[in-house]
Amino acid sequence: MIVSPVVAGPLETAETWLKEGRSLVLATVIETWGSSPRPVGSQLIVDGRGNFEGSVSGGCVEGAVVTEALSIIAAGKPGILEFGIADEAAWEVGLSCGGRIRIYVEPIIMATSAGC
Amino acid sequence: MLSEIITSLNQARRERRAAMVISDLNGTRQEILLEGETVIRSDIAREVADRFGSGKSGLVKIGDRELFFNVHMPAPRLVIIGAVHISQALALISRLAGFDTVVIDPRTAFAAPERFPGATIHAEWPEEVLLKTPLDIYTAMAVLAHDPKIDDFPLIEALYNKCFYVGALGSRKTHAKRVGRLRGAGVAAEDITRIHAPIGLDIAAANPAEIAVAVMAEVIDALRKRSRDVV
Repeated sequence: MIVSPVVAGPLETAETWLKEGRSLVLATVIETWGSSPRPVGSQLIVDGRGNFEGSVSGGCVEGAVVTEALSIIAAGKPGILEFGIADEAAWEVGLSCGGRIRIYVEPIIMATSAGC
Repeated sequence: MLSEIITSLNQARRERRAAMVISDLNGTRQEILLEGETVIRSDIAREVADRFGSGKSGLVKIGDRELFFNVHMPAPRLVIIGAVHISQALALISRLAGFDTVVIDPRTAFAAPERFPGATIHAEWPEEVLLKTPLDIYTAMAVLAHDPKIDDFPLIEALYNKCFYVGALGSRKTHAKRVGRLRGAGVAAEDITRIHAPIGLDIAAANPAEIAVAVMAEVIDALRKRSRDVV
């Protein structure tokens, strides 16, 4: 009955990539202020080579999130990123819409190596 | 996040069950809950129930902890009755928009798989298909076969099961006759007013693909303007 969407979602892509043995990081929008293009709960999956699927903004901050994701993979610990028009890096990765977002970035841990 | 949470979320999506992941941002604790499961922790039971109700994800401070509730509602679904020319375009647009998409038409020449590449298509009577896979409130129905023998039963089922959108193809004259038949079948007048007919937003659509765009726009309008968010 259920058809895979034409564009696979980030979690479906994550499952495929996990089966291929890739290291992955999941980025999730946890808070937004003002105008922001993607709602709370929106997700982006990133692999160790910087391939990604999904979105956490309208394309404004994905590049920065992907870069940060690579260091999260190396560290193996979650972190929180914040983007907004007031950022020093606003010219490069700020939200042109003037909004502000907080993003939780966490590594995906294979069940077999889980400690908790 | 454990890989098995991702697997469980995808499984819930396939089974059309709502799920929620609760993450403690100060630590590493994370859990997945399916709608209807008992919430053991009394401090978050209310929050969980409210969020399954509203479909909204969000961050909550409980004591000195920051908990993030991410709600994964079932994907909206579009059931298309009649494997006609408009349906070919509509099935494509619907899947692109992220809807689980199903086409039903008992006429095998219409419901030929090669006319609907990649779609779920049933060359059966709607009565048979809907018995196996019932409709729900996350489902929209577009009735396009233009034949009462095929259209009327699923139309009544869609109204009865409170599908979030019900649209039916046909001119005002055709629809007036349809209203007469539905009234004769015992459907309440206020339910009949929920049918979008003529189907689709008025964008002066001039061919099957354009009508499909008008229908899809009307379905999305109904989905996003509901009091309760679905996805």
